[in-house]
Amino acid sequence: MAEIVINGLTKRYPNGFEAVKDLTLDIGEGELLVLVGPSGCGKTTALRMIAGLEEISDGDLYIGGQRMNDVLEKDRDIAMVFQNYALYPHMTVAQNIAFSLKIARRPRAEIKRRVHETAQLLAIEEMLDRRPKQLSGGQRQRVAMGRAIIRQPQVFLMDEPLSNLDAKLRVQMRGEIDALQKRLAVTTVYVTHDQVEAMTMGDRVAVLRDGKLQQVDTPFQIYERPANLFVASFIGSPPMNLAEAAIKQTKDGLTVSLGEAEIAIPHELAARNSLDAWVGKSVIAGIRPEDIYEVTRKTAKLQAAMQVKIDRVEALGASLLGYFSVDAAAPRAESVSAIPAEEVLSEAPLTGTSGTSFCAIFEPRAMLKIGDTTEVALDLSRLHFFDPETDASLLAEDEPEKKKKPEAKKK
Amino acid sequence: MTATPTTLPASVPARSRPGWRRVKKARAPAIKYTALLIFAVIILMPVYILIVTGFKGVAETDPAHAWALPHLWTTSAWRQAWDQLSPNMMNSLELAIPATILSTVLGCLNGFALSKWRFPGANIVFTFFLFGMFIPYQAVMIPLTELLAKLQFPAQLPRLALAHIIYGIPITTLIFRNYYATIPEDLMESSRMDGAGMLRTLWSVVLPISVPAFVVTMIWQFTSIWNDFLFAVFIITDPSQYPVTVALNNTTGSLVSAYDLQMSAALLASLPTLVVYILLGRYFMRGLMAGALKG
Repeated sequence: MAEIVINGLTKRYPNGFEAVKDLTLDIGEGELLVLVGPSGCGKTTALRMIAGLEEISDGDLYIGGQRMNDVLEKDRDIAMVFQNYALYPHMTVAQNIAFSLKIARRPRAEIKRRVHETAQLLAIEEMLDRRPKQLSGGQRQRVAMGRAIIRQPQVFLMDEPLSNLDAKLRVQMRGEIDALQKRLAVTTVYVTHDQVEAMTMGDRVAVLRDGKLQQVDTPFQIYERPANLFVASFIGSPPMNLAEAAIKQTKDGLTVSLGEAEIAIPHELAARNSLDAWVGKSVIAGIRPEDIYEVTRKTAKLQAAMQVKIDRVEALGASLLGYFSVDAAAPRAESVSAIPAEEVLSEAPLTGTSGTSFCAIFEPRAMLKIGDTTEVALDLSRLHFFDPETDASLLAEDEPEKKKKPEAKKK
Repeated sequence: MTATPTTLPASVPARSRPGWRRVKKARAPAIKYTALLIFAVIILMPVYILIVTGFKGVAETDPAHAWALPHLWTTSAWRQAWDQLSPNMMNSLELAIPATILSTVLGCLNGFALSKWRFPGANIVFTFFLFGMFIPYQAVMIPLTELLAKLQFPAQLPRLALAHIIYGIPITTLIFRNYYATIPEDLMESSRMDGAGMLRTLWSVVLPISVPAFVVTMIWQFTSIWNDFLFAVFIITDPSQYPVTVALNNTTGSLVSAYDLQMSAALLASLPTLVVYILLGRYFMRGLMAGALKG
């Protein structure tokens, strides 16, 4: 068990391409840090540099206080779980798990005992004599975990370990890996492109894009206070609604005009985002789908209401997603997280309409249909504002103790 | 044919259509096996003559009656061929077995280094290996003879073995390199993370899953070394050291051709390669990699 200190870590390829740029992170003892980002963001490269499978071009890597840049991978006391499990096909499960101890020339009795303990921990005792090809995906995943656990290393590295499992199994294994990590309290770096995995498993989440660290914080903070447009649009499903909006000064205070709606901004919110400086200018306003309500008796107190025409509904059972168009420009495409390829098709009909498509999570029994007009209210305290030039959040950089507060309250 | 079947509603032809399909299904293998049978007959015709002629007496071996069965079955030609060729068969075994093993091991090491070690310039080195495959043996006859003489390398069979090992390296390297290129990098990295060095990884992870590549390479090498005539005829000068191919060639008389002897000798000489196919072919396992990775 050890802390990992990463200072200015950079990976530069001979052609000049930088896969990881100046990454600085402190990962505490026993912490599970999730590196998350879209494919090609450099998260796996960063992990491989920690593992020693990839040479470090620049910067320093310390594990347990020892500089590891020039230490061979086998001497770093790190275990890694690969995306494809990489089990040795000719060995039984027991031999797979025991391989590292055999190489370390541990006594036979000790190997036997530790293999047994590990198998017990992972509930794979009955499979010890089988070969990998006789196992299901979930079982192979467990064996891959067993191979890492048995070494009792200082650090676990996991490279998208769940991406090959089907959705249901993934949810189950997510919980199991998380519980196991807490129980063993081994410092862990976990790479994924799945923001749900990142939010549910990470003690802290580091969001990467194009090799650059965007934000590192607790899942709660990442969700509540995204540092920029990219993080805001990447974390959360459905993603945060974002559109250009103008800040205006009226006699009652500041307003933001979002499409046709003119919304008065509560004083406290304006102050927190230092919106005074943005009067007469355009910002990117953001609101999460769950902060948009259908106006009913319950939500009447949230004043900012707009008339919207529902373009599309998705009934999920527990909730109902309603899509509508807001007559305001969308933020620049390069500022936000790209829509995954598989979702482009379903979004396509909406691009025909002018403006920006917004999504709201309504009550499951809202009975909304396509073409309905309804009144929605925004939870104004939950509006986010971003600088359209730099993409950065306008939320004032407040003091650390203030930053910690909401987290403490929620927990 | 009437238009009726096409105008029938979808539910009606349910009875007639599957029957027609069954006929079609049954016909496909029949065509396939007929074609295979024809090819097999074409291939086996010379073998038939080879065997039948071997059992004839010298008097009966008239090319005009090559297809006829012998009137008098005799094994004298086989015995004579065995007496004449068995020392040379031993020479060939002494040559082919060590040369096959050595060139296969070298190919394995080369292929591993070229595909998994990835030292700088590995691809250029591999290209040179490939060039080696395109060198015709005839082109190197004279320089090779001079080189072997200058090397003062032990005469005769070991010399020939050395030549075969060296000229076998390109093909064995190619087979192993291409096989190892299919082994996922993750497996190698996993072994590295488990603390294994390069040689340990080769020994414990790569070699156990290399059986198919070894089988292919060994069949190939054994067959080509056993069947080689050219190298043998110019490197070996001592008749007692001739491998079987050269000895077989020498069964041709200058005036008379003893067809019965030649035929039985030819079959005897080709038996070991057949045995190798039959023995190793069983280990020609597929799907040994299944289970290493997902799916």
